[in-house]
Amino acid sequence: MLWLLFFLVTAIHAELCQPDAENAFKVRLSIRTALGDKAYAWDTNEEYLFKAMVAFSMRKVPNREATEISHVLLCNVTQRVSFWFVVIDPSKNHTLPAVEVQSAIRKNRNRINNAFSLNDQTLEFLKIPSTLAPPTDPSVPIWIIIFGVIFCIVIVAITLLILSGIRQRRRKNKEPSGVDDTEDKCENMITIENGIPCDPLDMKGGHINEAFMTEDERLTPL
Amino acid sequence: MEKARPLWANPLQFVFACISYAVGLGNVWRFPYLCQMYGGGSFLVPYIIMLIVEGMPLLYLELAVGQRMRQGSIGAFRTISPYLSGVGVASVMVSFFLSMYYNVINAWAFWYLFHSFQDPLPWSVCPLNGNRTGYDEECEKASSTQYFWYRKTLNISPSIQENGSVQWEPALCLLLAWLVVYLCILRGTESTGKMEQLTNPKAWINAATQIFFSLGLGFGSLIAFASYNEPSSNCQKHAIIVSLINSSTSIFASIVTFSIYGFKATFNYENCLRKVSLLLTNTFDLEDGFLTASNLEEVKGYLASAYPSKYSEVFPHIKNCSLESELDTAVQGTGLAFIVYTEAIKNMEVSQLWSVLYFFMLLMLGIGSMLGNTAAILTPLTDSKIISSHLPKEAISGLVCLISCAIGMVFTTEAGNYWFDIFNDYAATLSLLLIVLVETIAVCYVYGLRRFESDLKAMTGRALSWYWKVMWAGVSPLLIVSLFVFYLSDYILAGTLKYQAWEASQGQLVTKDYPAYALAAIGLLVASSTMCIPLVALGIFVLRCLKRGDAAPVA
Repeated sequence: MLWLLFFLVTAIHAELCQPDAENAFKVRLSIRTALGDKAYAWDTNEEYLFKAMVAFSMRKVPNREATEISHVLLCNVTQRVSFWFVVIDPSKNHTLPAVEVQSAIRKNRNRINNAFSLNDQTLEFLKIPSTLAPPTDPSVPIWIIIFGVIFCIVIVAITLLILSGIRQRRRKNKEPSGVDDTEDKCENMITIENGIPCDPLDMKGGHINEAFMTEDERLTPL
Repeated sequence: MEKARPLWANPLQFVFACISYAVGLGNVWRFPYLCQMYGGGSFLVPYIIMLIVEGMPLLYLELAVGQRMRQGSIGAFRTISPYLSGVGVASVMVSFFLSMYYNVINAWAFWYLFHSFQDPLPWSVCPLNGNRTGYDEECEKASSTQYFWYRKTLNISPSIQENGSVQWEPALCLLLAWLVVYLCILRGTESTGKMEQLTNPKAWINAATQIFFSLGLGFGSLIAFASYNEPSSNCQKHAIIVSLINSSTSIFASIVTFSIYGFKATFNYENCLRKVSLLLTNTFDLEDGFLTASNLEEVKGYLASAYPSKYSEVFPHIKNCSLESELDTAVQGTGLAFIVYTEAIKNMEVSQLWSVLYFFMLLMLGIGSMLGNTAAILTPLTDSKIISSHLPKEAISGLVCLISCAIGMVFTTEAGNYWFDIFNDYAATLSLLLIVLVETIAVCYVYGLRRFESDLKAMTGRALSWYWKVMWAGVSPLLIVSLFVFYLSDYILAGTLKYQAWEASQGQLVTKDYPAYALAAIGLLVASSTMCIPLVALGIFVLRCLKRGDAAPVA
């Protein structure tokens, strides 16, 4: 009689946990990708740990504190490593709704990952999307700070250059304009001797002294 | 006695100014693209031939004109013949168009530079979607670097018709870029110094075009720079040095660019293989780590024969990973600089450092060229007595920068990148060819080649080699005419002009037709600079006739 009951229970369990069954989820692990040489083999003990973690997650849901490890069923374990699991209710008749399982797993995803030394990409629950960590956003974007610094430097440099330019021009304008007029009149009558304009050698503020030619051809060779 | 013209402190300053003007972004993002499209190393043959036959002679001509006439482009050509001052005006117009849109590139370089000080680099990760279960849809379909360029930097609209508003972030960067340019030109130009397929006719045409535009002929910048030279300086030597350095920079840049291409192609190829392996591993529940790059093909064959139905289901999703197809993706322009390079940089170690260095380099190149451009605009303005008597040169520079900056805000709107492409493709191409052609003919035939030759001899003390004379008088004008005819016929034959628009829903570029008003804008752009030459000549002719008409009754 007991054997019959046992077979009945396993049969029902087998029906409840099947690929693409109602409220069943597929799990995929990539242990070798994550851990390389330190990869552990997937055996029944690891499966037991997995069942325990799922039961733990379900126990945190308000109405489901009575969930036991035996309520979590695993099936179709492949070489990949991938398998399907369902959570059945204490009456062992039907599976818990997918939405409940989904939200429970999502809330405790981090703990489950850590139990297996994996992360969201290497321990995948298909159809249970993980909440991705948002990138850290500082209150003031960094680029504005750097922009502000460079902007201020450039403005200060421009102001300094403009001010020094104005100061230079004011110094030039301080020379009496009358002197310039007479000098202009003199320059209209330039005497030329030997191709060199005879500009007086006395210093005029800011004029090129043509007597000192930079081009070599203009000077008479010795 | 007129005020002494400011001079370069020493010839080296002048050479550096010319080099920093000629070596620009085109060396980095256009030349490597052309090499790749037209046969790799063999593209160097038409390139070097065109450099010797077209680039150096025309560069020497522009420098010699500037040094002889000692004025900016408008004044220089007015001295040759008053009817030809339209050439100078056209040069200034083209320079003005260029300065409007070119500084936007510097703005983008600033934007990327400021964003390089973050860990991780913002273009290496996709932002999350609304409920934080996955990544943003547009970013998934395209790539994180493309998303950062099209969405975060440009916030591009789906077509040129949808204008959108001015984006404040690129607008700020544009303002900063113009402030930096103003800072450099504030004190006048003298302070800026203190920087195969051989039978394929297209290869030759592109080599000629690349040399032409890479050296920056026709904008009036070289004339402006040379006008501040001592009359005796050896501009022949300078012309050769500048053109050789410009070309070697292009070649060096293409070596770097090809190694970046190789890195990116290898990385993407390995990524592709990994994705295919993962897909097969998951579909057939194979052991994790079983599939490697070496056994991928035979495993695929085994699976196809063992599980034909399942394999045919998953087959459409299996991409054929090929290193050759990754290497064949050739990109030029802003796409290369801001998408391909950033993608390669984000995968390197210490990516923040490489990113900062790279965008700093782009900025140096861009600002160097901008200074040459603004010199081309400012030198004729400061030479003109009407303007310079009323305003000090700081005010003139400030006004030019302000106007260009204000108009440049158009390029920071959501459709701004499409207008940028219009300006980039059409503002300078045809007009420059015409301007340089008229320049060459003006100097050789209107001013007289013999007269110019004797002027140069008196100025520099060196006789003009026969090579330059032959090039100026014959070969170079013929080349320019053929280039001009080719481009004109190309535009006419192509029918309606098309452009690439970014489709956010698909995450890729689609080809669209320009609307009527955009075509009108293109026509206006080309016409406003080319028509200057005949219109100004006509205007001067009419003025002279009127003056002669007034004078006749008196006489």
